[in-house]
Amino acid sequence: MQLNNKATVASALAGAACALLGTPAAQAEEGMLKDWQFDTAILYYGETDRVSLAEGVINATKTNDDDSIFNVKLVLDTLTGASANGAVAQPYAQTFSRPSGKDGYVVNAGETPLDDTFRDTRVQVSGSWMQPFTDTWRATGAVNVSTEYDYLSLGLSGLLEKDLFMRNTTLSAGLSFQFDSIDPVGGTPDVLTSMLIPTYLGDDNDEGEDEFEWDDDYEDGENKTGSESKTTTDLILGVTQVISRRMLMQFNYGLSVVDGYMTDPYKLLSVVDSAGITQDVIYEGRPDSRTKHSFFWQTKYALDNAVVDVSYRYATDDWEIDSHTIDSRFRFNLGDNDYIQPHLRYYQQSAAEFYRPFLNQADPLPMYASADYRVGEMTAYTLGLKYGHKMENGHEWAVRAEYYQQDPKNAGFDEPGVLADLDLYPSVKAVILQFNYHF
Amino acid sequence: MKRKLLAFVALAGVLQLSGCASIGVQPWERDLLAKDEMALGAEGVDLGLDDHIYFSKEATSGGRSFAGGGCGCN
Repeated sequence: MQLNNKATVASALAGAACALLGTPAAQAEEGMLKDWQFDTAILYYGETDRVSLAEGVINATKTNDDDSIFNVKLVLDTLTGASANGAVAQPYAQTFSRPSGKDGYVVNAGETPLDDTFRDTRVQVSGSWMQPFTDTWRATGAVNVSTEYDYLSLGLSGLLEKDLFMRNTTLSAGLSFQFDSIDPVGGTPDVLTSMLIPTYLGDDNDEGEDEFEWDDDYEDGENKTGSESKTTTDLILGVTQVISRRMLMQFNYGLSVVDGYMTDPYKLLSVVDSAGITQDVIYEGRPDSRTKHSFFWQTKYALDNAVVDVSYRYATDDWEIDSHTIDSRFRFNLGDNDYIQPHLRYYQQSAAEFYRPFLNQADPLPMYASADYRVGEMTAYTLGLKYGHKMENGHEWAVRAEYYQQDPKNAGFDEPGVLADLDLYPSVKAVILQFNYHF
Repeated sequence: MKRKLLAFVALAGVLQLSGCASIGVQPWERDLLAKDEMALGAEGVDLGLDDHIYFSKEATSGGRSFAGGGCGCN
């Protein structure tokens, strides 16, 4: 009781002090938020007949009196829809079990097998602190946590920057360590073991739902184990150089070493006979180490009423995936408060050495194999347009619409029998819509 | 021959260095570079969202910043 009295007295005193000083609480709050910048966005990403994703971001940045910068970012996303399971299309309907191992799904003849089980919500929180010490040195420390139903990722990173030659050159070196753990729905399947497939009984029951029957010998969780994990260590070295009054350039070298479980526990591979007919469906398996190198170059050029931003990235790794990415944005200012910005991106990658669109029954089982098109040969492009407007109160909003298409390619694999007449490398088409608000 | 080559390399090096001297700007010439849209990480939220999409759909990530891990994206 006494405590309550004290609290009342304290708040009364605080109120009186504010009244005397002429600073109502609301005004004080506004003063505190004045140093903060907020960037918010909502994004929709939708693939034709496949995955769709809604994502929200709140990014808050505070610049302190000593020029140190505190940043905190919250990301929420929710994903639903279907994802290619890795098995090849067949001239007849195919039955698969769901990851839980308790249900099944049927894929029509001639169609790329898609697993429509995916429903996930992800929450990501990250924070960073940039501290300048002396006139030309800066250090940044950051933490990151991301969690999903079956996935947890924890990260720590540090970046050191040094300005040289009247700040015309900046050298940077960063190190990041990430720990990821995955606890797949239904357990982690043993790599390259057969998926246990139920028999489809039809949908003749009262609810009209598909019914499946499992083999008598089937035991729940067979050929499956518990959770898995991996660690990622990244090193990044960079040089930023002011070239002229209108131009600046950045060059980064990145080394990334990943150790641990990198298999996708939900992806499958078809084992086919010489006529291309599926004889078995097995879980994929990927190597448990990967070393990646990336070379990134970016240039920004200021015209009187426009900014050209072009970047190129070359990446290569010991999975034998080489990729080239060209990303460009052209911002045209329409007066002082509006701009439009076309966006063009082109991406090309070679296939991982263990990529196989399917396995031939006659061949010995390889040590690793994945039919995931994302580690196969492909090209992709993005075309987009953004429009932004600055309002009278200084707040800004922008809308962005983009089209993204992936075109997987045959990396030189023969297609026996019926597979020759089926589309094994269907394109993936997606739209991206985004709304930003800055205040 | 070797000496000539060495002299050529040294000359090329000096030319490179003197070339570097004309690179960059004086502090009062930063009017355009100081604009928000000229920052290398301008539109950071867009870049973060794009990274998440391409990280999930392609085999390469990072370059601009850490390649990271981060999600079990499908």
